[in-house]
Amino acid sequence: MNEMTLSRRSFIRTAVAAGGGMILGFVIPGVPKVMAEGVLPEAWKDPAGGSEINAWLTIDKNSIVTVRCPHTEMGQGALTSVAMMIAEELNVPWANMRTVLADANRHVTQGEVYVNMSTGGSNLVRNRHPHIMQAGASARERLREAAAQKWKVTRDEVKAEQGVLTAGTNTATYGEFAADAAKVKLDAEPAIKAYGDWWLVGTSVPRMDVAPKVNGSAIYPIDVRLEGMVYAAVRACPVPGGVLKSFNFDAIKGRPGVIAAVELKQVKEKLANADMRSAIAVVADSFYRAKTALDLMPVEWDFGAGVQYSTEGMDAAARELLGKPAEHFEAVRGDPLPLLEAAGDKVVVGDYYRPYECHASMCPPTAVAHVQTTGPLAPRVDLWSFTQNVAASLLLAADQSGIDPQNCYVHGTFQGGAFGQGNAVDVTRQAVEIAKQIGRPVKVIWTREEDTTQARTRPPVWSRGITTLGEDGLPTGMLIRAVGEEKNPAYADRGNLNHPYMVPNFRYERAVVPTNIPIGPNRAPGNNSNAFGLEQYIDEVALAGGWDPLEWRIKMTEGNERWQRVLLKMKEVCGFTTDLPKGRGMGVAVVESHGSTVGACVTVEVSRRGALFIEKVQIIHNSGYVLNPRNAEEQVSGCVAWEFSHVLYGGLRVQGGRIQNVNFDNYKLMRLPDMPVVETIYANSEDQWWGGFGETACPPAPPALANAIFFATGKRVRSTPIIQHDLSWS
Amino acid sequence: MSFTLNVNGASHDVDVEAETPLLWVLRDTIGLTGTKYGCGIAQCGACTVHVDGVAVKSCNVSAASVAGKTITTIEGLSPDGSHKVQKAWVENTVPQCGYCQSGQIMSAAALLATTPAPTDREIDAAMAGNICRCGTYPAIRKAIHDAAAMG
Repeated sequence: MNEMTLSRRSFIRTAVAAGGGMILGFVIPGVPKVMAEGVLPEAWKDPAGGSEINAWLTIDKNSIVTVRCPHTEMGQGALTSVAMMIAEELNVPWANMRTVLADANRHVTQGEVYVNMSTGGSNLVRNRHPHIMQAGASARERLREAAAQKWKVTRDEVKAEQGVLTAGTNTATYGEFAADAAKVKLDAEPAIKAYGDWWLVGTSVPRMDVAPKVNGSAIYPIDVRLEGMVYAAVRACPVPGGVLKSFNFDAIKGRPGVIAAVELKQVKEKLANADMRSAIAVVADSFYRAKTALDLMPVEWDFGAGVQYSTEGMDAAARELLGKPAEHFEAVRGDPLPLLEAAGDKVVVGDYYRPYECHASMCPPTAVAHVQTTGPLAPRVDLWSFTQNVAASLLLAADQSGIDPQNCYVHGTFQGGAFGQGNAVDVTRQAVEIAKQIGRPVKVIWTREEDTTQARTRPPVWSRGITTLGEDGLPTGMLIRAVGEEKNPAYADRGNLNHPYMVPNFRYERAVVPTNIPIGPNRAPGNNSNAFGLEQYIDEVALAGGWDPLEWRIKMTEGNERWQRVLLKMKEVCGFTTDLPKGRGMGVAVVESHGSTVGACVTVEVSRRGALFIEKVQIIHNSGYVLNPRNAEEQVSGCVAWEFSHVLYGGLRVQGGRIQNVNFDNYKLMRLPDMPVVETIYANSEDQWWGGFGETACPPAPPALANAIFFATGKRVRSTPIIQHDLSWS
Repeated sequence: MSFTLNVNGASHDVDVEAETPLLWVLRDTIGLTGTKYGCGIAQCGACTVHVDGVAVKSCNVSAASVAGKTITTIEGLSPDGSHKVQKAWVENTVPQCGYCQSGQIMSAAALLATTPAPTDREIDAAMAGNICRCGTYPAIRKAIHDAAAMG
């Protein structure tokens, strides 16, 4: 194969084949051309030969529009979503759209021209549509203005529709005016379209990045190959917080292909998400040789204070804290404490727990770095890395290398999943540091074991609800007390503190347990685990008061339009009932996160001996509007698989301050035979707001499943993984 | 040790330690990066290739042990990406992040080669070794049925 060469400043635009030679120029007969050409295998390469109307897009003479997508494509459909929003305003046929990943260097050095390259929090559509659509609207108006000047008419007289400009008898394609439009200065930027006034938004468009992902040509960081590149395997202290004491490179330096050992020093005591931990790397001429040599090299660690922490210890400490008033509290409404005291043991109490979980993206964290400190191009850094924000990665590379950001280039690749982890690993700093020290381009790959051991995990959460009931069976006072961990206890608040149920007296308390395990964002952070406790506890409260769980939720969210829409749709279409023969159950739950309100209705069968079959999962989704139903439904299905993996089989176990189950043999994930049927049902408010979609179906699915199991078996599932529980009944 | 691998119809002379997994020889030595690393312990299936037509986890077989056998990777499944499984994958927009899909496609293609019209149960059995973290399983199942219907 041809290897990429970093020989010129215009590297990004040089087309050099990678990935095996025979696979480029991929076209499938009978498939719409747009799918085959939507994005190239090397998504960072800008093929545009047209005129740049603004930083976001070019238009060539054939009216092909190439959009520079500033956001990471990690499976959520960023490329397609950004292209749709721009095509909507630009008003061009969808078949004309192409995408590439935008240049982080340009963003950093040209005044943040893409506004924000961060990709996460389900923000892309819900919070970034104004400026993305603006880029399309602005380009459209420039085309109209260019035509108006040429045709000597007013801009208002020029129509721009489906890639064609017309005014009276004049007509031209966008491509014919692209060069002129690029020179137009507008007096004022146009407003974007009103909500709902769309022709493309809301239609199902196939993803643009499918073709290179079915023939092996799509390039992920792990696939990048540079001339003279070597490989590094790394190991950070397996007990987070510990440091390297010694290593014996002499013991392995004679092994085939071994080049160097590089110590990676931790410079900060308190580490932010992408700061480098104490670690050791072995560099060799292939990854397998590097990994094998690292495994064989004698290494001593000072594990530090972290060794005292274990799942059992944290659990015992947390459960003790659940029984005590916590110092941190929010008196949300009224004061339930006198009611709870007066009620004595006539209260509804429910305890819940969810453990640590990790991202386990299929592509483990990987980075390729080329740091040039001498030579004609120096100083310069080129980087391909695991990330959800190429601009942030660029600044990390600059900081680690000591090279000015304007001389740093991050080439955005496809990401093999990320799920929040993309901003929470130090693989970028590791690769830059190793490349700098050894003076050669290097590819750092984390093994799956390293990924799980070093993951900035989803934090565990414990919770207890205590509620008093009135004559009508509805709650009069409620206390939710959560126990989080000390690294970022606020994750425990999400949904527990701000649930929408209008209990007259409601107080939230939060305590923390100490730990050494680092944590970070993980698909629907906070809500993903918290909802498992809260939405089961709501069922407990409803049933204790003699209420149907769905009717209780409808009653307790009266006047809340977003929730009412979801709950009433659920009532209309799901056929939820508690009146089923034992062994069969339906469960519901609703959670608001990342701007959307999402309900789940799950139907299960559980055999007498406890075998669980999930018959159906219905997701009722209110995101205001939907950009692309096809992609949205793919995300919903993915969210269900994601969370069911954790609640059914998952849970990281900690002993001696280290994660114990670090690969897929003992950290089980959902597989195809166990995937339930998932239906997406829209209940959109269509009321001038836009919610997220990439993670919003994660939180409600597990509690709805657990509630269904309760109705089938009479057993309340108070912790995960469910596979550890005896669900048998008689 | 030196030996010759027959990959996608081409011969490659390689010189690596005998125990080196086929996965890393394909990726690092020969440069065929479509076959992916996911776990290294034959649990996720991202590295699935065909050895003499059978789906194999390339992280778990040594390259030396398959010298002289016919090895097919995702890049060699069809010369132009027109294998019916690939076509069905595109029509159903199966991939999300896409990283596991080389392995999924190789497992599906091996299934259809021996079982042209698989039942859901047969699909379960053939695809259980391939993890997709994005949860594209319903689309995978449908695409396999669609590919089977292409004959």
